[in-house]
Amino acid sequence: MEMRSPLSRVRGLGAAHEGAHHWWAQRLTGVALVPLTIWFVCQAAQLIGGDLPAMKSWLATGQNAVLMIALIIALFHHAQLGLQVVIEDYVHSEGAKMVSILLVKLGAVFLGILNTYAVLKLVFV
Amino acid sequence: MARRERPLSPHLQVYRPQITSVLSITHRATGVALAGGALVLTYWITSATYGAGAFDTAQGVVGSWFGKLVVIGLLFSLYYHLANGIRHLMWDAGRGFDLPTVRSTGWTVVIFSVVATAATAAVGFKITGG
Repeated sequence: MEMRSPLSRVRGLGAAHEGAHHWWAQRLTGVALVPLTIWFVCQAAQLIGGDLPAMKSWLATGQNAVLMIALIIALFHHAQLGLQVVIEDYVHSEGAKMVSILLVKLGAVFLGILNTYAVLKLVFV
Repeated sequence: MARRERPLSPHLQVYRPQITSVLSITHRATGVALAGGALVLTYWITSATYGAGAFDTAQGVVGSWFGKLVVIGLLFSLYYHLANGIRHLMWDAGRGFDLPTVRSTGWTVVIFSVVATAATAAVGFKITGG
């Protein structure tokens, strides 16, 4: 007789031991990136070849700064989720796999913070 | 006991490339390329925090012939990954799995990515004047 609750049984299952969370997060960030990347390409087209004051006044609208930070967070989250799957598929040694996934995840968090800091610095300093 | 080398599958080289498999691996390749694009974005934004000189240098690097080549490659990767990503979301919703639809949506993605890349590059060249 099964004594565990349905919730307890489903927790931690699946080949990746994480259920559907990775899948769902990839879709969520992917959907967010559809409008954000289209917006960014349209904006960047006006910024190419421009100087620093032009860049700063573009970010100073607030709306652009907020969307830029949203893009950065969604982009680096989505990128590390995707790179994780690529590593899991092609790196077969457990040690190298764990180290490379760790580096990708920590790198994505670091670069996400770095880019957000840069945007805020350009807006407020 | 010595560990025997087991046969591995699938043997990709025995399969004829088809639009399904080619577009699938291209989605992954463009995704990895866009992760590299995130590094270019980081370089571009952070350079601005080091002052006008550093930002002008970054704009010069992006505007060089090699920079333009990279940006156009990233644009294609973006449009492809975007359009094919929407195709994936459609599949997630349980639609478009029959072969004729898979082929037509696949070719739509390819044509869209090429046309959108060319159009964006043309606008970019018009703005920068070459």
